[in-house]
Amino acid sequence: MTQWIGAAQDMLQGWFGPVWGTHAWSLAKSLAGIVAVLVPLLLTVLYYQLVERWVIGWIQVRKGPNRVGWKGVMQPIADAIKLLMKERIVPTGASKGLFFLAPIIAVAPALGVWAVVPFAPGWVIADVDAGLLVVLALSSMGVYGIIIAGWASNSKYAFLGAMRSAAQVVAYEIAMGFALVGAIMAGQSLNLTEIVMRQDGRYGFLEWFWLPLLPFFVVYFIAGLAETNRHPFDVAEGESELVAGFHVEYSGMTFAVFFLAEYANMILVSTVASLLFLGGWLSPFPAAWGLLGAPGIGWLAVKIAFFMFLFLWVRASFPRYRYDQIMRLGWKVFIPVTLVWIAVTGVMMLEPLASTAPFSIWFGK
Amino acid sequence: MWNRARDILSSLLLTELLKGLALTGRFMFARKVTVFFPEEKTPQSARFRGLHALRRYPNGEERCIACKLCEAVCPALAITIESELRQDGTRRTTRYDIDLTKCIFCGFCEESCPVDSIVETRILEYHGEARGDLYYTKPVLLAIGDRYEAQIAADRAEDARYR
Repeated sequence: MTQWIGAAQDMLQGWFGPVWGTHAWSLAKSLAGIVAVLVPLLLTVLYYQLVERWVIGWIQVRKGPNRVGWKGVMQPIADAIKLLMKERIVPTGASKGLFFLAPIIAVAPALGVWAVVPFAPGWVIADVDAGLLVVLALSSMGVYGIIIAGWASNSKYAFLGAMRSAAQVVAYEIAMGFALVGAIMAGQSLNLTEIVMRQDGRYGFLEWFWLPLLPFFVVYFIAGLAETNRHPFDVAEGESELVAGFHVEYSGMTFAVFFLAEYANMILVSTVASLLFLGGWLSPFPAAWGLLGAPGIGWLAVKIAFFMFLFLWVRASFPRYRYDQIMRLGWKVFIPVTLVWIAVTGVMMLEPLASTAPFSIWFGK
Repeated sequence: MWNRARDILSSLLLTELLKGLALTGRFMFARKVTVFFPEEKTPQSARFRGLHALRRYPNGEERCIACKLCEAVCPALAITIESELRQDGTRRTTRYDIDLTKCIFCGFCEESCPVDSIVETRILEYHGEARGDLYYTKPVLLAIGDRYEAQIAADRAEDARYR
């Protein structure tokens, strides 16, 4: 493996000379990293959608899709082909340029964030110092896609959906930001790799931040549900009153791109929650247990899968919130809870407490 | 005071939500009730009210005597009948149309028929591909009756003891 990489580097340097060869090598390395992250991500998105239909089916005592291919495993391929072949209709009164720009604005940040997400120590495309800030900034960019989609469609349903989405994202962005502040305090870094490494230790899963930061953990996940416009906070789509919300007027591939952005964001929220609160690639078992105790990307995959399942489980279980209830929950419950717990975390990190019994596990390092 | 504190605590700990998730989680492993329709079918009653048919007597004579009771009772006005006096002095229909796009499958036509001519069969998988395809005329209805007479007769016989 390493000698292959070395050979590739030598080859590029031979082609482009010493100066340009270095640049070509770093470009090739990033491109390879992007492909290595995006291809599995897009496949996950494709099959996440099928698993969603299965899980919701099982919970409703049905057996989900099982006609296309063996047990229905070809269903997402069939859906993708169908969406690709369909006509893209542009409404007469729509602002055409923005209409096609909106899905791109929605999907670009959803895919771009993955540049700073580490999958194991060193397995990251861009090891940015303020990685968490990049995640926060880019994931809140996605809402512009929704707002522009709602406005450019020139339809009242789309516009109402966009307005709802905007208000909701503003409300939950704050609570989410505060929850992340807690993780930054405990991790004492903005770099995702360092925050994960801070959760390493002798006690396995007890070392992870979910325990001292439990309110942040819960608030982050629920705010993540709201942020990605998923059930029970999907009033931006709200079938019963807004038909399909911001993407009523979209069809074919443009609709598929919104779909992709939504699911990529769900996987992102799952990943960030696993990294910040469940120790990322660290093993839940003590390091002394040999293979079980060894960290690895497999553990991260298990944790992400757990959160992704939780998204579907919640969707199958709860009815949609009323709009004012969403606002109440965001402003009057989540923000106070996170503010209080930031103070509590601060106290836990102060010296006499930080080095005594239970708190020393997390803050005594 | 204590009740209120307990309420706040339980909503902060998400107890109700976790109970709900546990319930749906249990149903995830419950036996699935899906019926794979074209291959599997749910049992049908002998009284099932599906596609209409006009029956004949065993000697081949059509049963309908054009009394127009079904036309009169039909709440959706889906039946149209025209009749004439035949050469042998009996009255028969010249036209017996059912517009299945109007029909509500209430079964009143079958109930009202004094000679058990118009019946509703068990057939439910039929369709039309153009406007007017579901406007069934007398020859079509008679053909359906001829084709499924055995099933129709068996269903009437099974239901007869409850009437």
